[in-house]
Amino acid sequence: MEKLLEEFSLGLFFWQAVLFIALVFLLKKFAWKPILDSVNDREEGIKRALDSAEKAKLEMQNLQADNEKLIKEARAEREAMLKEARDIKNKMIDDAKEEAREEAGKLIAQAQASIETEKKAAITELKSQVANLSIEIAEKVVRDELSNKDKQVKLVESMLGEATLN
Amino acid sequence: MRRKISLKPITLLLLLITFVSYGAEGGSSSESGTDKETEIKEYIQHHLQDSYDFTLFSWTTDSGEHKYFGFPLPVIIWDNGLKVFSSSKFHHGEAVAEVGGNYYKVHHSKIYKVDGLNGEIIEDADHHATNEKPLDFSITKNVTMIMMVFLIMFFMFKKMASAYQKNRNLPKGMGRLLEPIVLYIRDDIARPNIGEKNYKRYMSYLLTVFFFVWIVNLFGLTPIGMNVTNNIAVTFCLAIITYLITTFTAKKDYWKHIFWMPGVPVPMKIILAPIELLGTFIKPFSLMIRLYANITAGHIVMMSLIGMMFIFKNWIGTPLSFALAFVIGILELLVAALQAYIFTMLSALYFGSAVEEHDHEAH
Repeated sequence: MEKLLEEFSLGLFFWQAVLFIALVFLLKKFAWKPILDSVNDREEGIKRALDSAEKAKLEMQNLQADNEKLIKEARAEREAMLKEARDIKNKMIDDAKEEAREEAGKLIAQAQASIETEKKAAITELKSQVANLSIEIAEKVVRDELSNKDKQVKLVESMLGEATLN
Repeated sequence: MRRKISLKPITLLLLLITFVSYGAEGGSSSESGTDKETEIKEYIQHHLQDSYDFTLFSWTTDSGEHKYFGFPLPVIIWDNGLKVFSSSKFHHGEAVAEVGGNYYKVHHSKIYKVDGLNGEIIEDADHHATNEKPLDFSITKNVTMIMMVFLIMFFMFKKMASAYQKNRNLPKGMGRLLEPIVLYIRDDIARPNIGEKNYKRYMSYLLTVFFFVWIVNLFGLTPIGMNVTNNIAVTFCLAIITYLITTFTAKKDYWKHIFWMPGVPVPMKIILAPIELLGTFIKPFSLMIRLYANITAGHIVMMSLIGMMFIFKNWIGTPLSFALAFVIGILELLVAALQAYIFTMLSALYFGSAVEEHDHEAH
């Protein structure tokens, strides 16, 4: 201890104190602060970059999910549209068929009606023609019959026989 | 990995330089007989002491004349007025310097006032000089070294800092080597010991003290042959700065734990208070002694082993001493960094205890 005290040099202590404290403050201003700030900035930068990368990845995932959802939706929509179209088609066909059937029915009915009238007209004509013919025939027959007196008498008699008096 | 490889040649170079320097210093002592042992002893003593001129090496000519290679440094003393003169006036401690009518002589690396040109140092029974000592603020060898380290550190770290600005916050050149160390001090010394909240305030001191002690220790192993940290004044200065920072940044909790320890019975509190108070002084004191003793011991062992080469002078002892000195040299390189680390680490620990916020439930 005594040796240490003897060795102690005030001058050296003074210079060491002055120089060392000056060094601490000088380095603080010119070296440590800028160095530590730079290192901090860099570390922050790396952290930020990592964070933003993570965020970007998440966003990407979200985007992908969105895309998938959109695709799914679009597919569903297409499906729905196709289905609707198919339904409409079927309905239209059905409607057309129905209409056609109705139309056809109507036409048939009309045709039948006209056939009926034609038929009736034809029958009437036929009847009149038959009547005329019969009359002509009858005339001819009668003329022929009546050319013979006997026959006229016979006829009158048969007719009279038929036409019984009421 | 790259860094490791590139460091190796530097390490080897430093080691070699160390041996060359120690060898050169040891080589100057070449006198015969048992004198050699005392001479080596004195040489080691001399090496450990501060000096007023910057001598790189010295030798003795055949005619017994001492030759020195180096340059003188300014001597600044306060003795009824400021006196500044060149240390060449002392002629390496062999002559009395006359300045403004006063006479000064160097004795055991300290300046004493003597009566006249032929004045002698008067010693008491314990070999202590009784002469008057003027206030001495000389730029000694160690002060020169501190100034050199000051300049080296200032420009080195300033350059490193400006490289960050130019290079988008990335280190360049020397910064690549130093940045891991800076980050180590921040992340493994300051942060865990002081705490996330307060560590920033202490970073400047911790970084400066680490690099200062380390660089100064490394210079101690070079041929310049000086060892600033084996001066008690230097380690005392560093330790007292740590003590002052601890004391002046301490929070209420710190003082409470010293003077009125919570969670123990009152009689214990009274007993604990002086012990705790003493502890605050012992902590920096241990810092001072640890650094001083480790570096001093390292230099003594190193120089003794080299000195032994010249005492043995045979084919077994000399190579053995050399091998031992080589191993110790490697160890000293480790110690240089280790002591810087320990000083920084313990300082951080003390700062941590000063700003710690205790959880009183835990006691």
